[in-house]
Amino acid sequence: MLQKIYDWIDDRIDITPIWRDIADHEVPEHVNPAHHFSAFVYCFGGLTFFVVVIQILSGMFLTMYYVPDIENAWQSVYYLQTEVAHAQIVRGMHHWGASVVIVMLLLHTLRVFFQGAYKKPRELNWMVGVLIFFVMLGLGFTGYLLPWDNKAYFATQVGLEIAEQVPFIGEALKTLLAGDATIVGAQTLTRFFAIHVFFLPGALFALLAVHFILIRRQGISGPL
Amino acid sequence: MHKGKGMKFVGDSRISANKTSKIPKDYSEYPGRTEAFWPNFLLKEWLAGAVFLVGFLCLVLAHPSPLEGMADPTDAAYIPLPDWYFLFLYELLKYQFASGNWIIIGILVIPGIAFGSLILAPFLDNGPGRRPRQRPVAVGMMLLALVSCIWLTYTSAEHVDWETRAEQNKPIPPGESVVDQGHPGYAAYENSCLSCHGGELEGGAGPTLIGTEHTKEEIMDIAVNGTGAMPADQFQGSDEELEQLADFIIETNEAAAE
Repeated sequence: MLQKIYDWIDDRIDITPIWRDIADHEVPEHVNPAHHFSAFVYCFGGLTFFVVVIQILSGMFLTMYYVPDIENAWQSVYYLQTEVAHAQIVRGMHHWGASVVIVMLLLHTLRVFFQGAYKKPRELNWMVGVLIFFVMLGLGFTGYLLPWDNKAYFATQVGLEIAEQVPFIGEALKTLLAGDATIVGAQTLTRFFAIHVFFLPGALFALLAVHFILIRRQGISGPL
Repeated sequence: MHKGKGMKFVGDSRISANKTSKIPKDYSEYPGRTEAFWPNFLLKEWLAGAVFLVGFLCLVLAHPSPLEGMADPTDAAYIPLPDWYFLFLYELLKYQFASGNWIIIGILVIPGIAFGSLILAPFLDNGPGRRPRQRPVAVGMMLLALVSCIWLTYTSAEHVDWETRAEQNKPIPPGESVVDQGHPGYAAYENSCLSCHGGELEGGAGPTLIGTEHTKEEIMDIAVNGTGAMPADQFQGSDEELEQLADFIIETNEAAAE
């Protein structure tokens, strides 16, 4: 039955090559921890993606309760933390995942760097990876404000003051982020929410797609 | 399918150097024991992921995510602190050569050089050798950057008393205020004490008054004569108001203890 459904679809859109691209490849010995335990360093990239998936899923559930508004943002997080079943775990996963993803990303970057795996022909993928790193830091910065507690508010104010001191575009940059030249308030919260939930994840997905397609196309770097 | 000896690739990648390309992907050119990704390797990868997830969930369960009190823009005493992975930047901006008139160096030049060379690393370090020993400059710079970031993060975090910080900024449950604003002593509290000890006695510039072990007489004495870092003459009013103030603090404590 399943075979018939597969054949029916395959007849029309020829999915077998897609399947080959995704899953039908071989794993060389030098990256396989079953053969060389030290090859666990090759797991860092995959684990980073795993944490990103955790972040996406936990974040999706958090938005079911979160309200991006200065009256209710903190209240909704407090409610989530104290009243909603298992929400403390979901928020905990999102909170700690944000730190763990930076750690894993750092380890992955260092592995690639010290192995010189970014050398020809993989320069482009390295640059895409560094952009992913920047997007992650942006997600960390914008997500920090959302609970609207003191820590969030004052750290964001410092961040915006730093942005303001950039020559020429500083004030425009601050206004773009905060929604106002002087006030850090309702506008800032909704902007950071939009950036955190729509703009940066959109950029992240596009970059991740390029990152993975390039890995598939170029293969993993050879042994040193 | 053309594969095996005689094939030329770009670097060690799967891209064929002679443009006959569109070759199905496999790793048979690599020496050694290759393994099919599906399903053999994926099963092992899945197990590694499961172990990682268990460790991660232990962290989540052992340390519930923190939440401080609701943002209060008027709280001038609050010392801001960014998330730990921005601490190195925060600390950098405290150095004289990276702040004040030189702030451009702190926010643009140094991070610009560091992150710029990170993203351009393949072009700066463009020799053929991949082993760390074959490219001492790149590896040396990376180690230097790494050590500086760790050092900056450490010096920044070292001064922070995390437990006291968390204690002072505990969230106040909404709708569970213990302060009775109709109490005759509240007016005196609002005038003399609130700016430092907070609207809910939760503390601010001064310590929290919830859980104080002072007696009524001691409180009256401290309000007039000060104690520790608290200056004298914070309270100005009649003796009757002073007594009401001390009563208010004691009774609020009793309400909070319930």
